[in-house]
Amino acid sequence: MHALVFIKQVPDASQVRVNYETGTLIREGVPAILNPFEAHAVEEAVRLREEYGGKVTVITMGPPQATEALKECLSRGADKAYLLSDRVFAGSDTLATSYALYEGARKVIELEGEVDLFFAGKQAIDGDTAQTGPGIATRFDIPLVTYLMKLDNVDFDKKQALATRLTEFGQETLQVPLPAFFTVEETLNELSHAPLPWLIKAAKTKIEMLSSENVNLDREQCGLRHSPTKVKKAFTPEKRQRGETLTGSVEELSQKTSHILIPFLKKD
Amino acid sequence: MAKVNELTEKEKEALSLYKNIWVFVEQTGGVAHSVSFELLTKARELADKLGCQVGAVSIGKSVSHLAKEAFRFGADMFYIIEEDVFKDYRTEPFRDALSGLVRKYKPEIFLIGATTQGRDLSGTVATELRTGLTADTTKQEIDPETGNLMMTRPTFGGSLMATIICPKDRPQMSTVRPGVFKAVPVEQPKEGEIIREKTNITEDQIVKKILKKVVSSEGNINLGFYDVIVAGGKGMGNKENFNMIKELAALLGGTWAGSRKAVELGYVPQSRQVGQTGQTVHSKLYIACGISGAIQHLVGMQTSDIIISINVDEEAPVFDVSTYCIVEDAIKFVPRLISELKEQKLTPVKNEQ
Ligand SMILES: Cc1cc2nc3c(=O)[nH]c(=O)nc-3n(C[C@H](O)[C@H](O)[C@H](O)COP(=O)(O)OP(=O)(O)OC[C@H]3O[C@@H](n4cnc5c(N)ncnc54)[C@H](O)[C@@H]3O)c2cc1C
Ligand SMILES: Nc1ncnc2c1ncn2[C@@H]1O[C@H](COP(=O)(O)O)[C@@H](O)[C@H]1O
Repeated sequence: MHALVFIKQVPDASQVRVNYETGTLIREGVPAILNPFEAHAVEEAVRLREEYGGKVTVITMGPPQATEALKECLSRGADKAYLLSDRVFAGSDTLATSYALYEGARKVIELEGEVDLFFAGKQAIDGDTAQTGPGIATRFDIPLVTYLMKLDNVDFDKKQALATRLTEFGQETLQVPLPAFFTVEETLNELSHAPLPWLIKAAKTKIEMLSSENVNLDREQCGLRHSPTKVKKAFTPEKRQRGETLTGSVEELSQKTSHILIPFLKKD
Repeated sequence: MAKVNELTEKEKEALSLYKNIWVFVEQTGGVAHSVSFELLTKARELADKLGCQVGAVSIGKSVSHLAKEAFRFGADMFYIIEEDVFKDYRTEPFRDALSGLVRKYKPEIFLIGATTQGRDLSGTVATELRTGLTADTTKQEIDPETGNLMMTRPTFGGSLMATIICPKDRPQMSTVRPGVFKAVPVEQPKEGEIIREKTNITEDQIVKKILKKVVSSEGNINLGFYDVIVAGGKGMGNKENFNMIKELAALLGGTWAGSRKAVELGYVPQSRQVGQTGQTVHSKLYIACGISGAIQHLVGMQTSDIIISINVDEEAPVFDVSTYCIVEDAIKFVPRLISELKEQKLTPVKNEQ
């Protein structure tokens, strides 16, 4: 079994604050974290390895600091980590990002062998687009299962698995041939604590570097210049004003509130 | 240095082949998702500005009846593929069928609902077509200078808004969450044109098989439908206390919802979560009980007309977006409010005296 997990390092969105005067984000002191969904993707891949043997490889495209997120994945049990980092990727939108990761993944396959299961998070908490996974799957032309909630009956002889995904109305269970691409929900599994030997092994594992020097890239598909979407402007959302504070005892407050609510009272 | 946004003659010519605005009419078992009509209404408005037409597109086993509904919400054309293989939604055949239609008819703009299905589909179609896709937009405008679509969306969990353009590639694709726009039928619906297409996709080419579908008991509650939403957070303390939230919602003819923490604690099903990773609502009245007002919650409800918040903490950020702030214990206040409202109902004249 070989699983490849696409992971992203993101600023902890819950700690990002806005400077309303300048209309910019205050990122100082905001920690960079492993995108929460990817921890679950790695967990699932590592579980499969523990059950069937094989290996788990993780890859990210990002600046050199992203090694921190890769290291976290190693300590969660991944065997190998690749950092795809190059100036040509700067300013990539999702189409250019999925292109870069596709080429990076092809290189990983060349070095590490065929992949049976590809995993990505449902979405990244900074951009929230949920497009990168579907984009990579389309480029590989393999089956895509988004919003993965459960993976069972993974059969490496028959090369198929049962995948349960979230739908608008509930859930559906799909039989998917492998290799396949999964984007995962947080509910897929519970995160476990890595045993000490994994942590020691992780500390010794070297991060493998990929760039335009060792990955076959078409520069015409990379970076800001070749991203179809462009940010025309960024601004802070209009701030609502704090309204009236109602005062009084619970009785008085509920009376005042009920008057506000009269127009909404259901007539029957 | 050439300006990045300036187009060469050749590029202009390529773009001029693309016309009209398309909306994907999402359906399950022949029932259209409400977001499709919300998008048709928006598309109509944009098309009138651009002086072009609106095409609704549907793919399924039996979807002809949706044409009439699409025309009612402003479509001029209804593109349809009706084949057995499209009975249930599956990414790959839908991707191929839809990409084929776009290649043939070349719409300039293509809007898709940001539902689980729409998000699954749009990312693959945009990649197949090698064009730009802007996710979860909350505002769509036409740039009067260039005619480009300006798509505004929240990022960083709603802390920042970004306006995105797709100047050189077509179609300009974007997804929009349910509830962001209102569906309004047009005054005089047209008898539009129905354009039927066929694919040569066969079942044995589709490797993914659906074995089981489970409709959750909660179904897919669409919070966007309701004018009144009463939501509770962690501050409600336990699941039983949500009975008062439900009762208040029922009295006001609305529905109930919760914050993500309330979902995590099992007080509320995920299908009723409001916020960044839940649903976006623009209700006439939003009552937040025991919700702190984290940015990820606020992005899902702060465009509601009236917001009433009940929180014991005077400093709770939810008050910063509230029309009325009530610093009180919700567990004490809400039952009192309910009996007050019941009394109002019994003696409605009382208040008019
Ligand atoms: C990537 C990401 C996505 C997220 N998406 C969402 C989302 O979609 N929706 C969402 O809601 N959150 C989301 N969150 C979580 C969000 O950051 C907050 O943690 C969450 O909204 C808090 O829920 P809460 O207000 O119920 O709980 P808390 O923040 O714990 O607040 C409880 C509040 O109740 C008050 N309180 C306590 N007792 C009482 C009482 N008796 N009466 C009245 N008030 C009382 C307290 O003063 C407090 O303000 C997301 C977070 C991340 C990182
Ligand atoms: N730069 C990246 N490197 C590796 N994986 C990524 C990157 N960007 C996005 N992904 C993966 O794609 C998922 C969806 O990201 P997004 O489309 O940005 O919401 C993430 O959860 C990651 O698994």
